[in-house]
Formats: sequence, C-alpha cells, structure tokens
Amino acid sequence: MNTTVDARGFSCPQPVLMTLDEITKVDTGEIVVLVDTDTSKENVSRAATSKGWQVKDVQEEGEGYRITISKD
Amino acid sequence: MPLIFDPNLIVGLENAEDAGVYKLRKDLAIVLTLDFFTPIVDDPYTFGQVAAANSLSDVYAMGGKPIVAMNIVCFPINKMDISILQDILKGGLDKMREAEVLLVGGHSVEDNELKYGLSVTGTIHPEKVLTNKGARTGDKLILTKPLGTGIINTALKGGLAHEDSVAESIKCMTTLNKKAAELMTEVEVHACTDVTGFGLLGHACEMVEGQDVGMVIYSSAVPILPGTEHLAQMGLIPGGTIRNRDFRIPMIDRATQISDEHLLILFDAQTSGGLLISVPEQDAQSLLERLHQEGVEAAAIVGEVVEQPKGKIVIG
Repeated sequence: MNTTVDARGFSCPQPVLMTLDEITKVDTGEIVVLVDTDTSKENVSRAATSKGWQVKDVQEEGEGYRITISKD
Repeated sequence: MPLIFDPNLIVGLENAEDAGVYKLRKDLAIVLTLDFFTPIVDDPYTFGQVAAANSLSDVYAMGGKPIVAMNIVCFPINKMDISILQDILKGGLDKMREAEVLLVGGHSVEDNELKYGLSVTGTIHPEKVLTNKGARTGDKLILTKPLGTGIINTALKGGLAHEDSVAESIKCMTTLNKKAAELMTEVEVHACTDVTGFGLLGHACEMVEGQDVGMVIYSSAVPILPGTEHLAQMGLIPGGTIRNRDFRIPMIDRATQISDEHLLILFDAQTSGGLLISVPEQDAQSLLERLHQEGVEAAAIVGEVVEQPKGKIVIG
C-alpha cells in the first residue's frame, strides 16, 4: 500500500513539512510525493533521507516530479 | 539599457555593486542605495530592525558613512492593523539612530503584501571607495558575521527552527555592519562586499569573476549559526540558496570535498549578512583582533586570494 502527498503548488518549506508529517504517520512503507519545483525535489529527498527513508525513484511528471520514498 | 557616461560617476550600474557612488567634488562623493523586502520574521519591530540594518549595510560595504535615509513602505492597510506598521517603523528608526543616520522622509503605498526598507545616502572620499573588485594575490578574506540566516528563516516558517538558532539568527540580522566598516577603513583594504542574497560563495564569485585572481575558501573556518547544518540536512533550504549553487557551481573547484549541505550553507542566501573583506595578509590578524575587541565576535579569516586558478573559487 502506498500513500501520495501532493505538494504541488506549495512553496518551500511546505512540501518538506507535508512529507515529514506523512513519514511520522505511516512510519514504514512507501510514499509518493508530487512536487513542482527543483528546490522541492531536492529538499523533499533530503528530508526523507534524514529520517532514514530511501529515495527509490524520481520521475519527471508533467511540470514537476514524482518522488518515491520508502522504508522497510 | 544604454549606460550613461559621466566623468564624476565612480560606481554605476555596470558591476553589480552594493551601491552607486557619485563624485561631488575632489574630496567628497555620495553613496546611494535602496533596498526593501517582505517580512522574514514575525515580529514587526524586529523586521523593521532587520530591514534597516540590511539597507544601511550597502553603504558600509563601500567603505562609506551613511548620513540620511528615507522609508519605503508597502502596506495592506485594509487587512492589517496600523500598529504593525508603527512597530516596523519604530524598529527601523531605532537602527537608524544607532547608525547615527537621520530619517528625512519616505513614501508609502497600499499593497497586498507588506514590504519595508530604506533608501540610504552616505558620504565617502572618492579615492577610498571600496568595491567588490580589487582583491590581490596574498590577501586574506575576513567574514564578519556567521552564515545560515536563509536556512534558519526557512525553518522558522515551518516551525522547525530551535529557539537558540532563531535568537542567534535575529541577533546576526539586526546587527549593523557599522563597527566592522569603521575598523576596516582604518587599514588598507583592497575590496569589500556584503554577503546577502548570493551567499558567501556567490559574492566571492562576483569578486573574482573576470579578474586576474582566484580565491581559496577555508570551508571549516567559516562561522555558521548554531543548528544550521542540522536544518540543512532536513531539507529546509531556500530556493534562492539552491539557485545560487546551480548558477555558480561551474566556478567552484573541489566542491565535492565537503558535504552537499555544507556547500549549500556556503551558498545560503543571507539577509543583512556580514562584510567580506579582502585585506593584505600583514594587516589581517590585527584587523581580526580589533574586530573581536570591538564586539564583532564572529569575525573570522575564511580564505585567501590566490593567483591561480583565475576567476575561480577553490574549496579548501
């Protein structure tokens, strides 16, 4: 099961806060984060890594990115 | 836009300087600058102080003495209580008093988004104007304030900054560069700029771009506000900071020597940052000691000017 955080349209640091909230909520598993700026792509990946999550995949999608993070 | 030539114009638009300088007579020039921005802290009085210190800094960075200033205000009068504006202006005025600068007027407009800053006029001797160009091989680089205000302000917006970090950051942003500038002008300085939106490395790049010199930055000697590194690791990095790095990274050698986060801190967009002073090696230690004695505690030697590689910054 994976959950999606749609952080498109939000500016920094909101996408990071939304990602950290979801990480706290689910604890483990897989989360897809949608962002629409390079800054958010980099910051969300960094935030996930700092919490012990892995950035599994980053895909360009539309005008932004689809970031998949996971933790076993 | 065609540039206007005038023999009395000492510093104009062409070199991305901190302020314009115009010669009035042989021994007197005026320094002119304008800066205003949206709030970076919640407290209106503090914001007023930060905005004023930031605006005044451009005159200090040229080696000048600010004399008079005017307020620039954009205020949403229909949405916000007028007392907020009063507190902002009081914060600004208190900084101007500390700087011994007279407030002589100003202008306000109604705007959906609050903005505040100053237009500042100062004086300087035409032959003592310091610009961001002129650093010479062998000079040491002194930075007078710690880095990290951009990252801490971003964390503050998200409610994730530790109160110690916020307090230190506010202290840093509200501190005038007055003392540092006065001490700097007592010795022979080759170049100076204030570290603001482009970050330490961005402004260092401006100092060497197109010049016959390069710089080595002693990355571990650069003063950093408490908690900044941790906040950077959490991804609380302003967009401007990331854009600074992406724009200037071709000019940085050995960037991979330090962590991504450390590099980003060196590029962090600062508000009301310190002076970056290029001073001959023989005067560097005594200037540093004077700065410490006079309360510019965070000042540190953060690098040196080298002959090679020209136009580049080396991370050391």
